[in-house]
Amino acid sequence: MSFEYKNWINALPEPNGVLAKIQIEGRSLIQNLGIPSREIENWRLTDLKKLESLLTLPISKEQVQQRTPSSAELADQNDAGVRLTLSPNRNPLQLITLPYGIRELSKDEIKEIMKFKMSKIKSKVDWTKLLNHATANQIVGLNIKGTNVPSLELIMPANASEFSSTRIIINVEKGSKLELLEVVIGAKKSAQNHLIEINLEESAELKHGLIGLGVSEASLLAHLSVTQKPNSTYSLSSVQHGWSLGRCEQHIKQVEGQAQSIIRGLQISKGNEQLATHSLVSFDGPEGSLDQLQKSAAADQSHCIFNGAIKVPQKAQKTNAAQLSRNLLISENARIDTKPELEIIADDVRCTHGATVSQLQEDEIFYLQSRGITTDQATALLLKGYCQEILKGLPANAGRWGILKKLLEIVKR
Amino acid sequence: MIRPEAQTLLEISDLHAHVEDQPILKGLNLKVKAGEIHAVMGRNGSGKSTLSKVIAGHPAYTVCKGQVLFQGENLLEMEPEIRARIGIFLGFQYPIEIPGVSNLEFLRVATNARREQIGKEELDTFDFEDLVNERLKVVQMDPSFLERSVNEGFSGGEKKRNEILQMALLEPTIAILDETDSGLDIDALRIVAKGVNQLANEDNATLLITHYQRLLNEITPDYVHVMAGGKIVRTGGSELAIELERSGYEWIDSDKNNQEVK
Repeated sequence: MSFEYKNWINALPEPNGVLAKIQIEGRSLIQNLGIPSREIENWRLTDLKKLESLLTLPISKEQVQQRTPSSAELADQNDAGVRLTLSPNRNPLQLITLPYGIRELSKDEIKEIMKFKMSKIKSKVDWTKLLNHATANQIVGLNIKGTNVPSLELIMPANASEFSSTRIIINVEKGSKLELLEVVIGAKKSAQNHLIEINLEESAELKHGLIGLGVSEASLLAHLSVTQKPNSTYSLSSVQHGWSLGRCEQHIKQVEGQAQSIIRGLQISKGNEQLATHSLVSFDGPEGSLDQLQKSAAADQSHCIFNGAIKVPQKAQKTNAAQLSRNLLISENARIDTKPELEIIADDVRCTHGATVSQLQEDEIFYLQSRGITTDQATALLLKGYCQEILKGLPANAGRWGILKKLLEIVKR
Repeated sequence: MIRPEAQTLLEISDLHAHVEDQPILKGLNLKVKAGEIHAVMGRNGSGKSTLSKVIAGHPAYTVCKGQVLFQGENLLEMEPEIRARIGIFLGFQYPIEIPGVSNLEFLRVATNARREQIGKEELDTFDFEDLVNERLKVVQMDPSFLERSVNEGFSGGEKKRNEILQMALLEPTIAILDETDSGLDIDALRIVAKGVNQLANEDNATLLITHYQRLLNEITPDYVHVMAGGKIVRTGGSELAIELERSGYEWIDSDKNNQEVK
């Protein structure tokens, strides 16, 4: 373990708040584990220099006021929905009256959900998650009940040149429905670690948008953990853009099968950015379904990574899973690594997967040029078409964030 | 219509072009004046489609000799989008499908690029919708096509009608239609032909690349050219197409002047 890393852990603020015990355990674990190395498969392609450098940033201190994002960074608020801005050191629920259908989870309820998730996930060591355990001192817990609950928008703004951690836990009760949009906004040289844990009870429905809007030299390490009970529907659309180092881990477990998971992912990289998505969908019961489409487009010398693991054990008979990874190299110097990782033990299942890496088609560009459209305009149009397939799956209130415009900046430079 | 005093729009002289070291055009000459409709016929592989792509500026084709003038300007020095903006239109034999790009947006961007070139005001979304709805009538297309992705999932006939719709919006000075009749049933052929006839006027010209007389029953050409071995080997009036339909292309093989193309 490097001297700097050890020092960084030792310099973390004294464990405090509701998560103090978890912080102590987390710090001990990440200290023992050290910084992930290339020997660990899921970190093999990670730019470890960038990872090491973000682990030198000072952590947001309690007395420091969290930055209020500028109006240019924030989209207009949807009147009908709830917007919460999360900071590492304050519980935003103290400042707001939650609408009918959304309430704060009690400490005991949070503990119960955590216990349930741990018993079901039994995961190996998730370093990103442990990093959150070691550093987060606040947890926002929300319970959702009802089918007509206002949409929820959670914003995580960073402070420049600081490391910050946020943690959310959401329980969607039986038969309830929610649209949730999370927006992580980077700041110059910031690093953010975000952990969201979701539990969907039977027949619950969640449409989840997770948008990471980075800026120069900012980093994001996000971990999403979802447990789904039978007949629940979880639909995720994630978008990553603009991070020097961006990593989004998506772990979804259908605890008894018989649930529906729909995952859409988009990452668009430029410059020397490295954006990665690591998904793991596991079926712990029969008749579950998965429909997954991951897209990455890489420009300049940037690098996109997608690892898509699917686990179908013996008890997950009649699982129906489809995974497709469609990638676009916008520059000859860019790199895309995509890897499906299917572990199928059950014999009566339907699992398909496919991966393509292509460049913008010369014939498509020429067709558009032959209609008077310049190469740059043509590239933007084609890229727009490429992105729309994912963006249309985001919750309705995502439209106000102008995501597409930001994504298309890579061809308008 | 043939008018000796009409302006020459396109003048191709001794054009040689190749793709991946394979010579395809080998000394082609052609002059097209305003108001004229030309048909280019010939066997498969004679170079007809290459001619259309070279005029439009497809990057896969290299011109190694000769020149192409459009209204006196050297077309070969221009990027494909500039050629389109100044009034060259290529109707594709196989229109490209572009998933995710709305047909309406594509048509609006293309139309505004052309309008800017000819000094017309750029159309906003609302004005463009009025224009496109009016032009849809030319090809009897349902407005629902506008909401779909460019050519995606279109039938062969719908793709070709979409090409003519683009032509109707762009109002080109010279339209080159590459086998626009292929894959069309009789009704669709008539709709497409009617559209082409409707758009032809004394200020523009049309170059029809086709294998069959049936298109020329609907659109009467002023000239019919026969291509073989990368050049035009015979030119006549509309009666030449009828003769070709009857007698085929065997005469090309027996003509000593065409021995090199065998």
